[in-house]
Amino acid sequence: MKHKTFFWFFLPTALAMLLFIALPLTSVVSQSFHAPHEEVLLVSEICDPFGCATESTIDHQATEQLKKDKPLGQWVGFEIYADRNHLAFKEVAEFWQTRSSFTGFISSLNNLQFYRAMGFTLTYVIVVTPLVILFGLIIALAVNSLHRHLKGLMVFFSLLPMIVTPLVGSLILFWMIDARGIVGSGLQEIFSDPNLSLKASTGLTWVTLIVYGVWHSAPFAFIVFYAGLQTVPKETLESAMIDGASRFQQVIHVVVPHLSPLVAFVALIQLMDNFRVFEPIVGFSASAHATSLSWIIWNDIGQEIRLFSSAATTSVLTIIGVVILLLPVLIRTWREFNPEK
Amino acid sequence: MTSNQIKRPLGLQLLIYGFVLLWLILAAFPFFWTMWGSFKVELDFFSKGDWTHAISGVRTQAVYGESFTGAGYEGAWIQEEFWRAFSNTAIVCFFTVLTSLTIATLGGYALSRSGFRYSFWLLIIALVFRALPPITLVSGYLPPFYAWNIWGLLPTTIIVLVAINQPFTLWMLHSFFQTIPKELDESAKVDGCTQFQAFRYVIIPVMWPGVITAGLFSFLLAYNDFAVTAVLLSQDNQTMVPKIASFMGTTQTEGNVMFAVAAVVSSIIPLFLLVLFFQRQLVSGLTAGAVKG
Repeated sequence: MKHKTFFWFFLPTALAMLLFIALPLTSVVSQSFHAPHEEVLLVSEICDPFGCATESTIDHQATEQLKKDKPLGQWVGFEIYADRNHLAFKEVAEFWQTRSSFTGFISSLNNLQFYRAMGFTLTYVIVVTPLVILFGLIIALAVNSLHRHLKGLMVFFSLLPMIVTPLVGSLILFWMIDARGIVGSGLQEIFSDPNLSLKASTGLTWVTLIVYGVWHSAPFAFIVFYAGLQTVPKETLESAMIDGASRFQQVIHVVVPHLSPLVAFVALIQLMDNFRVFEPIVGFSASAHATSLSWIIWNDIGQEIRLFSSAATTSVLTIIGVVILLLPVLIRTWREFNPEK
Repeated sequence: MTSNQIKRPLGLQLLIYGFVLLWLILAAFPFFWTMWGSFKVELDFFSKGDWTHAISGVRTQAVYGESFTGAGYEGAWIQEEFWRAFSNTAIVCFFTVLTSLTIATLGGYALSRSGFRYSFWLLIIALVFRALPPITLVSGYLPPFYAWNIWGLLPTTIIVLVAINQPFTLWMLHSFFQTIPKELDESAKVDGCTQFQAFRYVIIPVMWPGVITAGLFSFLLAYNDFAVTAVLLSQDNQTMVPKIASFMGTTQTEGNVMFAVAAVVSSIIPLFLLVLFFQRQLVSGLTAGAVKG
């Protein structure tokens, strides 16, 4: 295809992405270096018979003018990045100097909004991703050995947790695990603890969110692996069987290696999606015990006075996180594209 | 496939059936439970004392004389005007899918037919864009949208959703077009067609399976979006998902949880139908990217 034809074919989608992804991205970056203007104060001296006093009033006109001239606000450099709500360099250094033990240091980091969110986000990504792959594989192997008619039915029902809106899916589970809901009251029966609540403690909230994450994403891994299972070479399996491999050995040495490119694919998608975990925290009303990077951005924007600079700074930090997460993939793709180098 | 030749031992067979059954319950039960419960009163839906009340609807019977009631739906759809959110969602999804498919089809086709280096880089950029959480872009949208006075409107949100959908749709259609032999449109060009004519007369007639699949995922992204729609839409223009989220705040305090339950179930029904009718396309779409590796 000629360059010119390509250009015209690609123009609409390029424009959409430029205007509504690339441009906002640069605007987010520049917002993160600017703080809102302070009010312009008029200082005047008022003298009366008892003496003189200075009084400052807000000069609304000048403030408006300033906002109009520089709509981004005042340039503050990396100040917002370093403040208490973000990377909190000062506080971290202080905690490090006054630490009694390493775990003590980690738990004091927990008092800082950004690190707390980072802690949950990374835990979620690290725990959910392998569990999704594992469960997806087991479900795929199990369903694949079923009768033909049952397979279709299983695929239908398995798609539901994945396809339903994350917020709605988490709400449904939230009502079920409520102390008055069927799962919540059932658990109370089982552990014979009438005060047991999955929402009350941090640990249990994290477990709930992680269980939700696996429930939501396992179908995706299942479908991908299930499709992969249809293409496992029969000859290899048969020769493995003739060589005396047990069922388990067949799975480990023939099926899993055959699926490994798919595992890489699922892992990539899951890393991207789990890193943005957000809706379940809203759905489970879990923000008191678990926050994620996406959630604090949301929280900043949702304030009465929208904290754009703060939200933008967290956004930039999140994007850096995404890029670090993707780096191995990007490097691999680059190598594949330039094999000789 | 694996061991159809040799009969599985009974223990393994039972284990497999047990596991499949467990997964079936985990995957499907919550939905049916909530659907059933949405026709009850709150005291039945949350029946701490005796869970069978949630099935039989004892208290629902006491209040309404029947074990089923549409009160939750009436409250959500009429009193809380959920119909408005429903129609907004329909509008947003329809136009998002339409626009996003139109421009991604052109772009994806061009990417699959251009062997130049930049097409590779464009795909990588799209991958990075796909990885960005949409919420990170939101604070970049708001100031200009306020300034131009287009915040809160449906068309604004539609355009943003189209853009956010593009990277994914582009990838999907790109890999789909690669499965259509190049010879097809090249022979049309030999016969004197321009590139666009080749696309129009040769590719468009054969592209529908791929486009339908991509359209389904584009629909799901628009339908399920919460981060963008919640921030960019005004109260009146809210779509279903942010509306449900705002129910959480208001109805919980007023004791109208059943409104939220009814709204949640209403928003699931279209997805149920979608899976029912397009299961094959959804599965092929999920695996399309994977098979490429």
